[in-house]
Amino acid sequence: MVARHLGSKKLQRTRPKFLNLMEIRQPLPAVISFLHRVSGVLLFFPGIPLLLCGLEMTLSSPQDYAQFQSLVASPLSKTALTLLLWFFLHHLCAGIRFLALDLHYGGALAQARLTSRVVLAAGIILTLLVSLLIW
Amino acid sequence: MVKRIVTGAHYGLRDWLAQRVTAVVMVGFVLCLAIALLISPPHDYATWKSLLSGRWMRIAAFLFLASLFWHAWIGMRNILMDYVHATGLRLTLQILIILSLLFYTIWSVEILWALELAWR
Repeated sequence: MVARHLGSKKLQRTRPKFLNLMEIRQPLPAVISFLHRVSGVLLFFPGIPLLLCGLEMTLSSPQDYAQFQSLVASPLSKTALTLLLWFFLHHLCAGIRFLALDLHYGGALAQARLTSRVVLAAGIILTLLVSLLIW
Repeated sequence: MVKRIVTGAHYGLRDWLAQRVTAVVMVGFVLCLAIALLISPPHDYATWKSLLSGRWMRIAAFLFLASLFWHAWIGMRNILMDYVHATGLRLTLQILIILSLLFYTIWSVEILWALELAWR
């Protein structure tokens, strides 16, 4: 079917050239993949330096530990940390999905769509669960 | 049978595999840490510090961080190769990323092995 349509000259002439990425509605697996990249960059910066700063502060002395606790307690830093936590958990869940795809699990269209929904939901639900546990 | 002549730098497969192996190492560490934190959540400085001070914990934590930095390098390099086409700018950014990751590696050693001195 597709090949015949592509072969037809009339269709080829009128085929739309529309490559504005902002206007095309991306399928969910594409959104998951894009979020994987964006979250990866944000985990590199500011994620890694913040992680090391936090590790150093909480481990160096009881005074620094207490200072870290008061820094983290403000609503602004709580919001920022929850966002970073979501980036991490989304990156983790989407990464597990990509590993499964590498092993040829879930490559069919219906499965790929279903697992991208699961990944998006799992990232958000885990973020809410962990932030409820911590705070 | 087509005889293929393979060209290129040949680091693609190695990096692809390293990206996945480091990911699995990190998932393993994060799961273990999460279980340890759930079983006995540290409530103060002393318990938190003793959780991370053990020799095996320090080694595992460093393996996690080293995997993280390697993983970050491959990911950031792939993104730069996809989106930054000006060679000079891309090279500058790549060097900055490598230097920052080396800096983070040394910093991690300092943080974790300062614990060893305190542990003795």
